[in-house]
Amino acid sequence: MEETESMREQMLAIIERNSRIDLKELAVILGVEEIDVVNELAAMEKEGIICGYHTMIDWEKTAIEKVTALIEVRVTPQRGQGFDNIAERIYKYPEVNSVYLISGGYDLLVTLEGKSLKEVSTFVSDKLSTLDTVLSTATHFILKKYKDHGTILTKKYEDEREKITP
Amino acid sequence: MRNPLADKVVDIKPSGIRKFFDIVSEMEDAISLGVGEPDFDTPWHIRDEGIYSLEKGRTFYTSNAGLKELKVEICNYIKRTQGIEYDSGREVIVTVGGSEAIDIALRAMINAGEEVLIPQPSYVSYEPCAILANAVPVIIELKAENEFRLTAQELLDAVTEKTKVLILPFPNNPTGAIMERKDLEEVAKVVVEKDLFVISDEIYAELTYNGKHVSIASLPGMRDRTILINGFSKAYAMTGWRLGYACGPETIMEQMLKIHQFAIMCAPTTSQYAAVEALRNGDGDVQQMREAYNQRRRYLLHTFKEMGLECFEPFGAFYVFPCIKEFGMTSEEFADRFLREEKVAVVPGTAFGECGEGFVRISYAYSLENLKAAIGKLRDFVERLRREHKG
Repeated sequence: MEETESMREQMLAIIERNSRIDLKELAVILGVEEIDVVNELAAMEKEGIICGYHTMIDWEKTAIEKVTALIEVRVTPQRGQGFDNIAERIYKYPEVNSVYLISGGYDLLVTLEGKSLKEVSTFVSDKLSTLDTVLSTATHFILKKYKDHGTILTKKYEDEREKITP
Repeated sequence: MRNPLADKVVDIKPSGIRKFFDIVSEMEDAISLGVGEPDFDTPWHIRDEGIYSLEKGRTFYTSNAGLKELKVEICNYIKRTQGIEYDSGREVIVTVGGSEAIDIALRAMINAGEEVLIPQPSYVSYEPCAILANAVPVIIELKAENEFRLTAQELLDAVTEKTKVLILPFPNNPTGAIMERKDLEEVAKVVVEKDLFVISDEIYAELTYNGKHVSIASLPGMRDRTILINGFSKAYAMTGWRLGYACGPETIMEQMLKIHQFAIMCAPTTSQYAAVEALRNGDGDVQQMREAYNQRRRYLLHTFKEMGLECFEPFGAFYVFPCIKEFGMTSEEFADRFLREEKVAVVPGTAFGECGEGFVRISYAYSLENLKAAIGKLRDFVERLRREHKG
C-alpha cells in the first residue's frame, strides 16, 4: 500500500460504513489482493477488533413501535471492583443496548430499547433503581433521531451540481 | 447600427462541453460522469467559519491582494509542502478561483504577438485567456504513449524566438496525468535555457496518488520564473466559494495585482475567512477525500482492465481518460451515442483540445455506488459496440 494509513485503518473505515461490501471489490479499491483482505478481516475478527456486522435501521419508518431511552445512572463504586461489577449487572439485561462509563456528573450511561414508555419505565423502576449500588437515575427518552452512527436519517443526499462542467 | 462586438472575442470558439450540457439537462434520468468538481460538500468546520464571519459582520472588502492572515497561511502551506518561500506581503495574490489567476498572469506577462505554449489536452480556459491577452497560443499536443506528460523534446520543438510563457497544467484535467520530479527537471532545463516563464496551474496538487505533488517552482532557478497557481476548489471541495491564489516573484505579482485590483477589487471576503480555516485545520479532510478518490480511481482502472478498455494509469486529479479508438468513431460520436443509448454522460476528449480525439474524460467525483451503476452501463455499451464493429 502506498498510503501512509495502514490497510487495517482503511479497511475499518470502509466496512464501518458498509459491512456488506463485496470482498473482491474491497480488495480492488484498496489496491491489494483479495486473499489479503480475507485474511486481515479474519484476523481482526479473531482479535476482537471487529465485534459484529450490524444493520442500521430507521425504526421510525417501520410499523414496529420502539422507544429508546438514555439513562444516566449514579452508583457507588465498590472496593476492589470499581464500576465493573455494577456495569456487568446492568449490561446483562438483554433490553440494555449499551453501557458506558462516563466522566462528569454521573457514572454510567445506559441506553435501552423497549416497546413502550411503560416497558422502559418499568425496567428503570423495578430493575435498575433497585440495584444496591445505584444511587439515582435520570431517564431521557429519545424523541427523534436526526443522525445515528454517522448517518443522517432526516434527509437524502441529492447531487445538486451542474451535470457537466469543464 | 455598427457592429458592437470585438472580433477577438467573437472568434473564440464556444466551449465544446456546452452541447452535451444541453442534452443532459433535458434528460431526466441521465447519469453524469461529466462533472469537474468534487462530490463532497465543503467540510463543515470550514463552512462554519464562513458563516461565523458573516455573523460577525465581516462583509467588507479585504485588501486587494487578500486577507493578511490568509496570505500568511498560504505561504506557510507552500513552505511546508514545497519548501518554497514567498513573501506574504508582496508575492501572493488571493484570486477569484484559479481561473482568475491564470487570466491575470497571462495579461501581466504577455505583449501582443508573443507566444504562449499550451500543452493539450488541458483545461478549456488557457487558450481563450491567452487570446484575450493578445498572445499567440501555440498548442503542444501531449501523447498517450508518454502518459500525457510534457517531455523536454516536445517543449523544445515548440519554442520559437517569440515564445515567452509555458503553461504547465499538472496534475491534469482531463487526463489525470502528473509530472514527477524527473519530468519537471528535464522541462525546467529547457525553460531556463530558452529564458521562458512558467504559469504552473497546480489546482489539483493535493489530489496526487503516488506520492506528493512536486511544483516546478521548487526546482533550482525556477522560483523566479514561475507563477504558481493553486486554490481551494479541488482540495477542500470549495468550488462555489471561488477562491484561488497565485504566488510568484514580486516583479510580476506587482503588475498582476494592478489588473486584479482594477478588475476584481478583491476576492470574496467570506470565502477568504473560510479558507483560513481550511489551511489551518483542513489537512485531515484533504487526506480523507484523497483516499476516497483513490479508491474510486483504482476501481475504475480495474473495471477498464476487465472490459479490455485501454487506459493509462493516471495518478492525479479525479479523471480517467480511456482510449476509445478501437470503436472506429470520434470521441464526440462515442459520447453522443453513450448518452442517447445508455443515458450516461461523459465528456469527449476533443473538448480539451483536438489531440483529445480518440479519448473521453470520465470523472470519478462520484460515490462508488454511482460509479458502479454507470460502469455497468459502460460495459454493456462497449460490448455492443464491439459486436457492431465486428459485424
